[in-house]
Amino acid sequence: MDILANLALGFSVALSPFTLFLAVCGCFLGTIIGALPGLGPSNGVAILIPITFTLGLDATSALVLMTSVYYGAMYGGRISSILLNIPGDEPALMTTLDGYPMAKQGRAGDALVLSGVASFVGALLATVGLMLLAPTLARVAFFFGPAEYFALYLLAFCTLGGMASNNQAKAALAACMGLGIAMIGVDSSSGLPRLTGGNLHLFDGIDFLVAIVGLFAIAEVFFFIESHGKGSSIGVKLDKVRIPWKDIMATKWTMLRASGVGFIAGILPGAGASLGSFLAYMTEKSIAGEKGGFGTGVPKGVAAPEAGNNSAAGGALVPMLTLGVPGSGTTAVLLALLMTLNITPGPTLFTEKADVVWGLIASLLIANVVLLLMNVPMVKIFVKILSVPAWVLLPGVTMISFVGIYSLSGSYFDLLLMVGFGVLGYILRKLDVPTVPVILGILLGGKMEDALRRAMTLSDGDPIYLFSSPIAIGLWVAAIAGFVAPMFLRGVLKKPPAVTD
Amino acid sequence: MASDRIFGLVCLITAVAYIAAATQIQTNLFSGEFLPKLFPLLIGGVAALCSLTIMFKPDPDPDWPIGRTWAAMGVAVLVLCIYAVMITPLGFILPTAIAAGILSYQISPNVKPAIAAGIGLSLGLFVLFKFALGLGNIVAYKVPTAAKLWDAISILIPFVGH
Repeated sequence: MDILANLALGFSVALSPFTLFLAVCGCFLGTIIGALPGLGPSNGVAILIPITFTLGLDATSALVLMTSVYYGAMYGGRISSILLNIPGDEPALMTTLDGYPMAKQGRAGDALVLSGVASFVGALLATVGLMLLAPTLARVAFFFGPAEYFALYLLAFCTLGGMASNNQAKAALAACMGLGIAMIGVDSSSGLPRLTGGNLHLFDGIDFLVAIVGLFAIAEVFFFIESHGKGSSIGVKLDKVRIPWKDIMATKWTMLRASGVGFIAGILPGAGASLGSFLAYMTEKSIAGEKGGFGTGVPKGVAAPEAGNNSAAGGALVPMLTLGVPGSGTTAVLLALLMTLNITPGPTLFTEKADVVWGLIASLLIANVVLLLMNVPMVKIFVKILSVPAWVLLPGVTMISFVGIYSLSGSYFDLLLMVGFGVLGYILRKLDVPTVPVILGILLGGKMEDALRRAMTLSDGDPIYLFSSPIAIGLWVAAIAGFVAPMFLRGVLKKPPAVTD
Repeated sequence: MASDRIFGLVCLITAVAYIAAATQIQTNLFSGEFLPKLFPLLIGGVAALCSLTIMFKPDPDPDWPIGRTWAAMGVAVLVLCIYAVMITPLGFILPTAIAAGILSYQISPNVKPAIAAGIGLSLGLFVLFKFALGLGNIVAYKVPTAAKLWDAISILIPFVGH
């Protein structure tokens, strides 16, 4: 029972009074971040990384805190989906389809508790799946050489571009932007600056945290200036919150199926939680058929996307931890966190830093239980927080972002760069260019180039080497298929229209 | 249509400039002649190809904001830039109060709540960072000199700053 021994190790790391305190704080903070409209898991975690870093927490504590915030934000996202019809982030979009109608029928409390339980089931099963699958995948990953890694990174960009966006060219361009930015700085092999334009501030390269906070948090300010903070008032009443046992029992198979579908979608590199919640919802909708009444506010329509979404978030950790390839925007931010803590994900992580990995897995389980216990009695407090007006919230978020980035290097240059990324993020999102590939490009650019260079050095510059093993060829085929196939599947995989008042 | 064509053109020019810059990358004996240039050249090539695709197959235009909103966003960017350079010489409290107040006004144009939001956020965050999180060195307040203020603001003026 290797897994149980490892899990015991993980709990011995993660279950001290101080880390438990951090887990509770993180869950509380995360739920608030997720619930606030305009702040999702990605930007919430991104803003907090530099601040955690300056607090001087050790790796395990920081990891516990941030994973609790991450899971908390995934939980909290459903509150604004159900009560305001505003998804906190893209995966929560599917929850609005049945959650908001259910809330309008006066069953807001039931919908909130049910989605909380569904989130718990999805996240728990995904964490179990992670424990079973990740060590196996880590063993396979030992066969990966530079050619395989190059193809793997390519696969991540292709599937991300293919599945998560409406226009392949725009997604690929976004990835190129990120990769291009990652090239800036002093070259590791020659020691000479590349593409810096002689600017001394750029010799260190551009910190991915600056880009993440700019693209996700600062860009949001411009969207709120454009909309003048409208559309964030609560339209439905929340009465007494009870536990709807009947609905929970009635949706148990839905939750299990949705968790399975979500987990598989999460494992695919680049696909992530949006696809997980979408597939889970659509599967349940087709199983229930016309009579199921999906879209009119049925409990199954709330449980399925929430279980799928949270399960996919857990599944996305499998490729992130074993191969260093994140499956979604939020896992990209978590990868950024690991890199800030000087932990390099990859197959060796499971053997060399077993305490960190299993500590992380244990803290996921802890966070999950804390969240369930916290969410049912305290849901009213979180709902109160939704009434914080945008004209206080957004300036506050901006100022916290500034302090966080300023604390990294104490340089005005990073702050100006962050504002620049904010403007870029606004324009890109207006033009329907996804911003997650940009982040992924900045995060992975250095490693992808490294893999290519080692492959070229090993083969003496022969490009055929990139296709020299069955694994590499398989990854190339998957990458091309993942990029091309959605062009033809777009008609089939049409998203259902959002609910309007 | 037009937005995407302009966006594609801007990206194409950037990509070509990037390729040109990549061919000028300095190399030495340790890195070899070609390897430091290879990946940047590939990226530039793919980006140029994507830009051309976007130019020739544009999506429908998004709903761009009206002129007044653009002005508001321009002001916001300017305020954030000035805030970025002023936080070093002036410290945290004063610039934060002003910047947060202006941003708040841009989101919801009411003067009194905006002033309250600015002052409240500035003092609240100061207390949070200094006393709760122990980051006093980052949010310290400072008394500036005229020379330091000029140094900071000149960063934003092209060809004058450093």
